[in-house]
Amino acid sequence: MQHLITAAFVRDSYPELCEPDKMLRRLSMTETTMESLSNRAKVLEKKPMTLAERAYLPAIFQGLSITMQHFFRAATKKQVTIRYPEETRPFSPVFRGLHVLKRDEAGRERCTACGLCAVACPAEAITMVAGERKKGEEGLYREEKYAVSYEINMLRCIFCGLCEEACPKAAVYLQADKMAPPRFERDEFIYGKDRLVEPVTPDNRSKRGIQLTPEQADKLRGQLA
Amino acid sequence: MDFPPLAWQGVVVLVVFGVSLLIATYSTYAERVIAAFLQDRVGPDRAGPFGLLQPLADAVKLFTKEEFFPAGANRALFVFGPCLAMITALMSSAVIPFGNVLQFGETAIHLQGIEINVGMLYVFGMVSLGVYGIMIGGWASNNKFSLLGAIRAASQNISYEIAMGLALIAVLMMSGSLSLREITFQQASDAPFVWQDVFNWNVMKQPLGFLIFIVCAFAETNRTPFDLPECETELIGGYHTEYSSMKMGLYLFAEYINVFVASAVMSVLYFGGFNFPFQFELRNWLVSSQRLELVTASNIITIVGLLGIFAKIFSFIFFFMWVRWTLPRFRYDQLMRLGWTILIPLAIFNILLTGGLITFGIIK
Repeated sequence: MQHLITAAFVRDSYPELCEPDKMLRRLSMTETTMESLSNRAKVLEKKPMTLAERAYLPAIFQGLSITMQHFFRAATKKQVTIRYPEETRPFSPVFRGLHVLKRDEAGRERCTACGLCAVACPAEAITMVAGERKKGEEGLYREEKYAVSYEINMLRCIFCGLCEEACPKAAVYLQADKMAPPRFERDEFIYGKDRLVEPVTPDNRSKRGIQLTPEQADKLRGQLA
Repeated sequence: MDFPPLAWQGVVVLVVFGVSLLIATYSTYAERVIAAFLQDRVGPDRAGPFGLLQPLADAVKLFTKEEFFPAGANRALFVFGPCLAMITALMSSAVIPFGNVLQFGETAIHLQGIEINVGMLYVFGMVSLGVYGIMIGGWASNNKFSLLGAIRAASQNISYEIAMGLALIAVLMMSGSLSLREITFQQASDAPFVWQDVFNWNVMKQPLGFLIFIVCAFAETNRTPFDLPECETELIGGYHTEYSSMKMGLYLFAEYINVFVASAVMSVLYFGGFNFPFQFELRNWLVSSQRLELVTASNIITIVGLLGIFAKIFSFIFFFMWVRWTLPRFRYDQLMRLGWTILIPLAIFNILLTGGLITFGIIK
């Protein structure tokens, strides 16, 4: 049976609604009888403010002294902001940034275009075209099969690093010190081999794509511990 | 070069005008740097060494921005509003005595734009007129937020002017003069007790009055915690919501000039103006030990006093900014309650207290 909610109905059924005092008592009773699940609930008392609190001036001076401390802290060069283009913030040693296609010790491209990275990629950002190594190209490509083209769309990439984990040839890595820079055009975000393959340098021998300084390594161990 | 005294006063007026503008310009820079330091940031450091050319860059930016007139705005009043705010702000610095007299032979240069014996009333009138700039601009914008900001500015300034005037009356009861120069001279003291110089400043005799005055000065200049007319959380930009380019710049500029003038008035009324401790000892020492002429020694005292009053003014400007980056804004009902139920009764009590103390000869 449905009640038509009228003033008379409310008065008869819920008399405490019409008497604020009773209503409050009822509410406070439910509060005290209700048990806190986490046991962290704190009952706050609403004390009347003291004269010092009401005058507000002591609080103002307290606040002023706090900001003044910060003023002198900033003057002694402990700022939280940096002069950006000149200074940059240090990257975390485990930062996953822009991809690189590694070469081996002899400077040959490691990638064999197996496609495991493309399969592993949750964002489907990687495409490649495989090709057969010809005679005389042994110095360029490590295996008989190589990637003729290899493209990563940096707008799709979520920098999860699953390609790095999937790669059986230790060819693709996410650099720890480099981000994909902002650009004006969308197609400039599709990185081909021209921008992905590591340039030939004497120091292509590090197996992991990043080389940690001893301090960085210590810091990383400290963070992981 | 034979300047008549009036021409010299014209030069002084021009210098005061220029200095007001310069200080307002660099107040914008100081505000940014102080804000940055109080928040542990670096602050502006791109334009010039330490970012010192930042105000110039801002001015160029403001001048080259699009001049925008909202639809339905009253164009004449829309332009007139910021002009009025700027004019009244600049005019009020004319009567501030920045220094005593510089004596060069026959010519005596008063380091004050104009000496009038109702200087205090003049400043008060100009500050009260300043709110018309805000009201006219806010109304002419044809924007409800601007109008709300303008109404807030008007009621806030009226409310706090009462308490400010009442606080001032206590000072006038002691000085018996409305001339700012006269009030300054009365705060000088050549008593032998060394700290007498500072104890003779009005702030020592009127601490409560000074407290009321400085709170009202914050409200009158629309600075935080009383910047409700331009409260961006509720009113977008308040009275200058619709303003762009240099008309906007004039409003901001007028605010900084008002801060400068309020600081100057507080320095003069309560902190001894161009008086500084040991001024008479210094003059006597210059005359007796350094064998300087009395005129030269007086000129040196005047120049040191000029530096002194600017040190006081800059301290107050710094305080304005320090408070701005510390305190949050009041709610409007809190603002009104503070003004009407606390500051005005306190100011009246202060008048009674001062009257009693004068009657019993404790202060004079």
